Amino acid sequence: MNAERLLENKVCLVTGCNKGIGKAIVKKFAQQGAIVFAIARSENSLDELCKELSARYSTQVISLYFDITDHQKCKEAIIKIKKEFRTLDILVNNAGKVSYEILGMVNFTELREMFEVNVVASINLMQLASKLMMRQNSGSIINISSLVGEKGTKGQLGYSATKGAVIALTKSASKDLAKYNIRVNTLAPGMIETERFQKIMEENFQDKVKDIGFGRLGQASEVADACVFLGSDSSGYITGQVIGIDGSLKI
Amino acid sequence: MKNIDRYKKVFSTVFEVEEKALNSDFKVGNADNWDSITQLALVSDLEDEFDIMIDAEDIIDFKSYEDGKQIMKKYEIEIL
Repeated sequence: MNAERLLENKVCLVTGCNKGIGKAIVKKFAQQGAIVFAIARSENSLDELCKELSARYSTQVISLYFDITDHQKCKEAIIKIKKEFRTLDILVNNAGKVSYEILGMVNFTELREMFEVNVVASINLMQLASKLMMRQNSGSIINISSLVGEKGTKGQLGYSATKGAVIALTKSASKDLAKYNIRVNTLAPGMIETERFQKIMEENFQDKVKDIGFGRLGQASEVADACVFLGSDSSGYITGQVIGIDGSLKI
Repeated sequence: MKNIDRYKKVFSTVFEVEEKALNSDFKVGNADNWDSITQLALVSDLEDEFDIMIDAEDIIDFKSYEDGKQIMKKYEIEIL
């Protein structure tokens, strides 16, 4: 059975695993046989999940608790992976902050924090992870952007700016790292039915489902499926790409 | 093997030079193939050799054989 798993024994680091898309990615990765280092901020929040997934899928899902804007902690996590496994095959930069504001109402403290998490922390982790990947001459980095980073949207100027930056940094990193056979791609989800989004949806966007060609919200597991593909050898010649996961959403 | 010998060996392998060529003049601009690619490779091999992880700021500052010794000291590696 294990021979057919797409990520068997691949060592992965995933950020923002407490809920939503990150949690779905950890589940899918474990299901596909990956050894997963799952990062979240809230102490002990992943303990049960890690234990359950490790047992169910006969793999190792290991929780690490820290704020990804703390560069020293990020470095310590990479050193831990290096010491324990000597390799890192997949990095998923999923953790992100979101805000809703129109031009004229931008809170700059919030904006800077959002750039720290969505952009600067991703660059730092890419830089650290790629050092391990270069040694093995392989690796896959997956950055989670958003459809709004590509298309822009009314009322989310700051967030869409950070996600646009994620697309740009993905494309540039893919060029820097191509010679080491490290692939860098980004996913651009549309409206995904996460807890966070559901709440926002109820408050602000109830009529927006009609803008989705498929007529329904996307599932976090559908974003995770794309992550499995990009992390696996099935996407071995794909790099520098933005893959929309939006069910034909028009914004 | 002494740290200085391990340090020299990494330089000599990365830059493909004899160890006797390694002195205070061995730096960016003087060393033939010292560019950002070899600089990254050098740091990567030193990290493996001494089991450390060098910060990005220090990688950027790693511009000579002598600078490197000071940088290694920050990671509690005395090049003696």
